[in-house]
Amino acid sequence: MAGGPSLLDSLFQRSLEDLIKGLRLYVGDESTFISKAVDEIRREIKSTDQQTKATALQKLTYLHSIHGVDMSWAAFHAIELSSSQSFNFKRIAYLAASLSFDPSTTDVILLLTHQLRKDLSSPNPHEVSLALHTLYFISTPDLARDLTPEVFTLLNSNKGSTRKKAIAIILRLFELYPDAVRVCFKRLVENLENSDPAIVSAVVGVFCELASREPKSYLPLAPEFYKILVDSRNNWLLIKVLKIFVKLAPLEPRLGKKLVEPICDHLRRTGAKSLSFECVRTILSSFSEYDSAVKLSVEKIREFLNDDDPNLKYLGLQALTIVAPKHLWAVMENKDFVIKSLSDADANIKLEALQLVMAMVSEDNMAEICRVLINYALKSDPEFCNEILECILLTCSRNVYEIIVDFDWYVSLLGEMSRILHCQKGEEIENQLVDIGMRVKDARPELVRVGRDLLIDPALLGNPFIHPILSAAAWVSGEYVRFSKNPLEIMEALLQPRTSLLPPSIKAVYIQSAFKVLTFYLHYAISTEEVISSASQGVADIMHGAVQENSQFVRAGLVAENDSDDGGLNHRMLHRPVRDVSVESFEDMAVAHDWLSSTSFKGEPITEESIVNILNLVETTLGPLAGSHEVEILERSRNVLGLVELVREELPGYLVKREEDNDKGQRKTHEMIKLIAEAFSEELGPVSASSQERVPIPEGMVLNQSLNDLDAICGDFELHIPTSFSLGRSISSEKDDVTMSDRQGKEEFEPTESTSLLAEHRKRHGLYYLQSQKKESINDEYPPANDLKTGENADDKADDLIKLTEQSLFPKKKTNQAKPRPVVVKLDDGDGPFIPIKKVDSKDDLISGAVRDVLFGDEATASSSRTKKSDKSSSKRRQKDKLDIDKSSGPKEDSKFMENSELENANLRRSKRHSRGKEKKHRSNAKDRDEHEEGDKQKVSHHHGKHKSRQRAEGALTLAAQSPVIPDFLL
Amino acid sequence: MIKAVMVINTLGKPRLSKFYEFQPAEKQQELIRHVYAVLSNRPENVSNFIRSLGSIFGQDTRLVYKHYATLYFVFLFDNSENELAMLDLIQVFVETLDKCFRSVCELDVVFNYSKMHTILDEIILGGQVLETDSVEVMKAIEEITKLESTTSASTLINKSIPSWWAR
Repeated sequence: MAGGPSLLDSLFQRSLEDLIKGLRLYVGDESTFISKAVDEIRREIKSTDQQTKATALQKLTYLHSIHGVDMSWAAFHAIELSSSQSFNFKRIAYLAASLSFDPSTTDVILLLTHQLRKDLSSPNPHEVSLALHTLYFISTPDLARDLTPEVFTLLNSNKGSTRKKAIAIILRLFELYPDAVRVCFKRLVENLENSDPAIVSAVVGVFCELASREPKSYLPLAPEFYKILVDSRNNWLLIKVLKIFVKLAPLEPRLGKKLVEPICDHLRRTGAKSLSFECVRTILSSFSEYDSAVKLSVEKIREFLNDDDPNLKYLGLQALTIVAPKHLWAVMENKDFVIKSLSDADANIKLEALQLVMAMVSEDNMAEICRVLINYALKSDPEFCNEILECILLTCSRNVYEIIVDFDWYVSLLGEMSRILHCQKGEEIENQLVDIGMRVKDARPELVRVGRDLLIDPALLGNPFIHPILSAAAWVSGEYVRFSKNPLEIMEALLQPRTSLLPPSIKAVYIQSAFKVLTFYLHYAISTEEVISSASQGVADIMHGAVQENSQFVRAGLVAENDSDDGGLNHRMLHRPVRDVSVESFEDMAVAHDWLSSTSFKGEPITEESIVNILNLVETTLGPLAGSHEVEILERSRNVLGLVELVREELPGYLVKREEDNDKGQRKTHEMIKLIAEAFSEELGPVSASSQERVPIPEGMVLNQSLNDLDAICGDFELHIPTSFSLGRSISSEKDDVTMSDRQGKEEFEPTESTSLLAEHRKRHGLYYLQSQKKESINDEYPPANDLKTGENADDKADDLIKLTEQSLFPKKKTNQAKPRPVVVKLDDGDGPFIPIKKVDSKDDLISGAVRDVLFGDEATASSSRTKKSDKSSSKRRQKDKLDIDKSSGPKEDSKFMENSELENANLRRSKRHSRGKEKKHRSNAKDRDEHEEGDKQKVSHHHGKHKSRQRAEGALTLAAQSPVIPDFLL
Repeated sequence: MIKAVMVINTLGKPRLSKFYEFQPAEKQQELIRHVYAVLSNRPENVSNFIRSLGSIFGQDTRLVYKHYATLYFVFLFDNSENELAMLDLIQVFVETLDKCFRSVCELDVVFNYSKMHTILDEIILGGQVLETDSVEVMKAIEEITKLESTTSASTLINKSIPSWWAR
């Protein structure tokens, strides 16, 4: 580091322009140039020469703002320079401060208080303006408190430009220092009546912001805003006033009657698109019950839609979206345009149109609209394609599939969506497939069919976006396998070689499903056998011969098998000879047999050969997985293999009833399989998200106790959690051994408190933890599943769509549905996730509390001046109130306080209303009230109690106050 | 209120940025990059609004932009502003620049960094629209320029040396 900046340094200092030029000419890495420049600046900025310092600061500000260079270290230099006599330097300093100071962390800000105060009261309006700008950006609660008096003075400045700047900044002071409201609010309101529209506009801008936080407090100002709405011709101003009224309208129903006419007038009169759009938006969102106004707005919307400007088209569609829920006819009228817009070049317009199309959906036209939209999705760009899919999924699942009547159709639609090339909505489709499976019993056969089609297509496995859907398909096929026409086929699909492309979690679902299918298959084999034998015993007379034949044959077969070495696995069709009879009797008995009757699989009875085949298949594909590193895969494949082993033990002759079995009843394996099958056939229903909460806490269980102490004990275990570990005996021993020893080595390396470190490390080097599978380039020997049919003309399609929807969009009379809507299981307490009630920001609370206070105080002073009371007492009272606010730190007390002030407010309004007719009575009222205030002053601690007694005294009044307050401001 | 103003060139280099709610420098750069990524993907002759900006800006932030030659002018704001009015405000800003620099081009914007801020500050203060008449803005700018030249007259000599000596 060089000592101080020499004279030479300041002589040959590069100006900002030089710096920019240098940056532009510099070839190579920009950051090296910048860091050099910053080093230079660090030296220069310490200069005692103001010019040098200013230039350095200017350069630094530039680098900070454009290139993101840190300049927090230079905060003090900026403050130093701000006291310069030169306007230019002052400007540079203030700009640096406003662009770089962070009010929450820059601690030198307070040093600026004095300088800001000086500049705020400077005679030079531009210096004042600089100070105001800076104050906005850097103000802290302390700064706001200290400078409120200066800004308050500026609110009355005789220079219009200064005054409006002071108004614009007042919002920030209110936010940071709510007590500023008490000081400034009155003057702010007075500025509403200024003749300069720029000043009024600034005030209205402030109120627009305030009202968007807590509109209630500003209702009393409605008459002022109304006056502006009627009188003003300034578009900027009118837009802001409309924005305020949108906030106020829901609070005061009678505002509508008063406002609709002037708004419509503006709408008819104005040529400014911005204002007319704002009028339209205001009417549609807040005053949609006034039909004539809505009609006028819809006319305007049509003008917008027919304009060449895409901006207006877009906003027109947006306005239609606002109106759609209440006046669907407005959308219907423009439906041609909406549908054409689906193929617009502008993504905004397309999206808006899509929303509108979905708004037009009803039970009757659902299928057609979805069909058309899917066709659009097939040939649009990926992004919009997914938007379409999302919209369909969202609309159809709304309110537990309220709109869907034909679930078979919907399920096959889901299947079709999965095959769309760009489909990235895998998770949503997954959820819905499973959800429908659980909720809608009648849809299960179709679900299984769709699931099968998805599972057996090997091409789909190559697309990671579809994996979640495949997971759902696998789950459905396993869970509801009894509806499958061919479980063997599903089994093969679940175990096909390309499943190696799946992520482990989904692969695990596949294996579990394979387990279910296998169990089902074996169980089915046993049951049919039982049915047949019981049937044969039951109808012995008829069947006798056949059974005889059968058993003879079997015996012969057994002998033959025994002869030819059991290792040879003699695959003989055991049932062939009795097939004719057994099928018939099976049909009979199946009715009686509950479980069997519910299955769709009614093919040929299962042969031992097919069982052996399926067992072989399972063993060859799952065998290698029994040594997998993924716990889920490992465990589940071991389950399946265990079952296979069990069954194999009793092969051959698995299905044949041996003589010795007759006494013992069923065989061990049979019983086992039955048990498993029963476990699997238990119904899985939807579970409410809140059901966990309803589980009673067992006695003696302390849930609130801190578990930190456990860390000491569990610390060791936690170490293992992040790494996936294998419990299996190493089957593919070589590989396993290597990884095991690897891991041990790693663990030795890692310090004991490494869990967090490890997590961090993974986060940083996440790249290296990616699945190697994903990296592998998959050579896709299968053709892509969904070839796009290209060459179709988009416009043609649009016309088709219009024709198609021509009939369907108009609500038809309900035709008799061929199929009644199946039962959809719903939970009593609603399915939606629990949404916590939004808490109002306490800061806004404080502001609005203060505002109410001032508004109330405002009128109080007005009335007290009438009764010739000195202002002093009211200002004293204000201070008392301030105390009160300070004391009531808790939100509860605060709200109580506000209720009180509201009550008083209401009383006041009430009394004001009375005063119209009876001036005298009002006066006595006011006096009365002042007396009460005196009382309040004396007994601040009994504040609430006092009010209560008054409540009792003025029973009628408070009744009126408690029911929604309806002030008469506009009448 | 208006949340931010950005001027970005068509290659993604920021030329001016002002955030009306404090953002750390890295976050500013990130936001600018994000906006540029959105804008650069949009074709010509489409609407000038972007509604879905993602969570990065907070829920109801909207964006209006206008593309002039090599520059994007971008205003970010919340729902207490009117979209078309913001579009007009961009127009006012650019008009003022045009008057100030006599047919403005990107180079003017690059080299007159602090003047850009001065102009913008006359139009917007603390996220509130202050002035919508470019004539008025120009008046203020001229006054400020005069003020600067008079107060820095004493340092003029000092400054003129390096400008011809340095290179």
